[in-house]
Amino acid sequence: MKISLHVNSRPVEAEVEPRLLLVHFLRERLRLTGTHIGCDTSQCGACTVHLDGCAVKSCTLLAVQADGCEVITIEGLAPEGTLHPLQAAFQEHHALQCGFCTPGIVMVAHGLLGRDSAPGEAEIRAALEGNRCRCTGYQNIVDAIRCACERVREGT
Amino acid sequence: MIPAAFEYLRPRSLEEAVACLLQREPGTAAILAGGMSLIPAMKLRLARPATLVDIVRLRGLAGIVRSAEHLRIGALTTHAALGGAPELARYPVFAETAGVVADPQIRHRGTLGGSLAYAHPAADWPAVFLALQGEAQLFGPQGRRSVPAEDFFTGIFETTIGAGEILTEIRFPSVRERSGAAYSRMCLQASGMALVGVAAQIMLDAEGRIDHASIGVTGVNAVPFRARSLEMRLRGVLPAAAALRDLCATGIPEAEPLSDPHAAADYRLQMLRIHAERALGRAFERARAAVPGLGYSAPVTRDGEPVVRP
Repeated sequence: MKISLHVNSRPVEAEVEPRLLLVHFLRERLRLTGTHIGCDTSQCGACTVHLDGCAVKSCTLLAVQADGCEVITIEGLAPEGTLHPLQAAFQEHHALQCGFCTPGIVMVAHGLLGRDSAPGEAEIRAALEGNRCRCTGYQNIVDAIRCACERVREGT
Repeated sequence: MIPAAFEYLRPRSLEEAVACLLQREPGTAAILAGGMSLIPAMKLRLARPATLVDIVRLRGLAGIVRSAEHLRIGALTTHAALGGAPELARYPVFAETAGVVADPQIRHRGTLGGSLAYAHPAADWPAVFLALQGEAQLFGPQGRRSVPAEDFFTGIFETTIGAGEILTEIRFPSVRERSGAAYSRMCLQASGMALVGVAAQIMLDAEGRIDHASIGVTGVNAVPFRARSLEMRLRGVLPAAAALRDLCATGIPEAEPLSDPHAAADYRLQMLRIHAERALGRAFERARAAVPGLGYSAPVTRDGEPVVRP
């Protein structure tokens, strides 16, 4: 089946098998390997991308379901060679160890930032309910998201 | 994990969707809505539909409409939409339930209709559907029909939806004065599903006694059910905490709790009593709060005990 969609603001057209998952389409066809496959059972959130502005788990979506939609992956957050304030804050706050879960967590945080410019700790933790980090625990992740929200709010 | 190969169809109307279903061999085509249950099942090859009929883009199947008699929710309305809809301000039970379904990413895709039609025995919405006395609106080869919540679920993953039929809307009676509803559950942490989930709706009379209660239970029996005996015994009761506790503790005979590795039957029964009590207590608080100027505070002491009138 032929699909056409926008990925990170670029138009993409492709012929895909209906059973191709969105995450495989992104990683294997478009070579956007920043989106990770963790559990592959829609638990861990490592595969989170934005579909028409909503954070979704791309391992639980067919590529054909994204036909006509706008997909944003971790690669689309900031221009090549630069960091989005969220990514910079994750680095500064040591909000990752192995980094496997990080793209998904950053995408969820980016969605939260779009809805709420000053989320409290409870809102941040609630937004992360669909993401698992098996290295560090969540405290530094929460701190990083808070810091990034503050910076974006203040325009620095 | 990759699903088995299937044919993917995206009909442009409900009629076309029904035709797609009827043209395939019975039981081989599945409706795809949000896909949050179906796609994981297909990846594990627990489900292998030969055809997927994707209805998620059909117009008019998502959204919330309030009228004098009904609250109408399109089958494709997502959990996230139900969690933040201003139209549901007088129905806090929807935000309360939507907020515990799975996780935020899944709530962006998963739908109310999909959850009901999938009929997972531990899904949350069936309890609310039952307690609020909803009706499922089905569209099929014979036209439209309406099925009351109590007749909707027929087994584990089984409903009354027939061959070629599609769930299009869930309709609830409009909220009445002096009424409130709530959902309380025990969550199975690993799956996020309900080990036990109870939704309760209470309508009070002018004196603040229970005029009518309806209670929906999920996660306990193979099929979600109404706790009819408890509803009957609640009639005329002043819903103080102690009274609710006693009534819930005397048992819910409709419960035939499942025993599985997550919980033994007697544990489920105990949790059922506790969550019935919590759901009823919150429903009562909301019913009471929904009556400005009723002055309904006298019958309950600060400890929540009923005031005995001489």
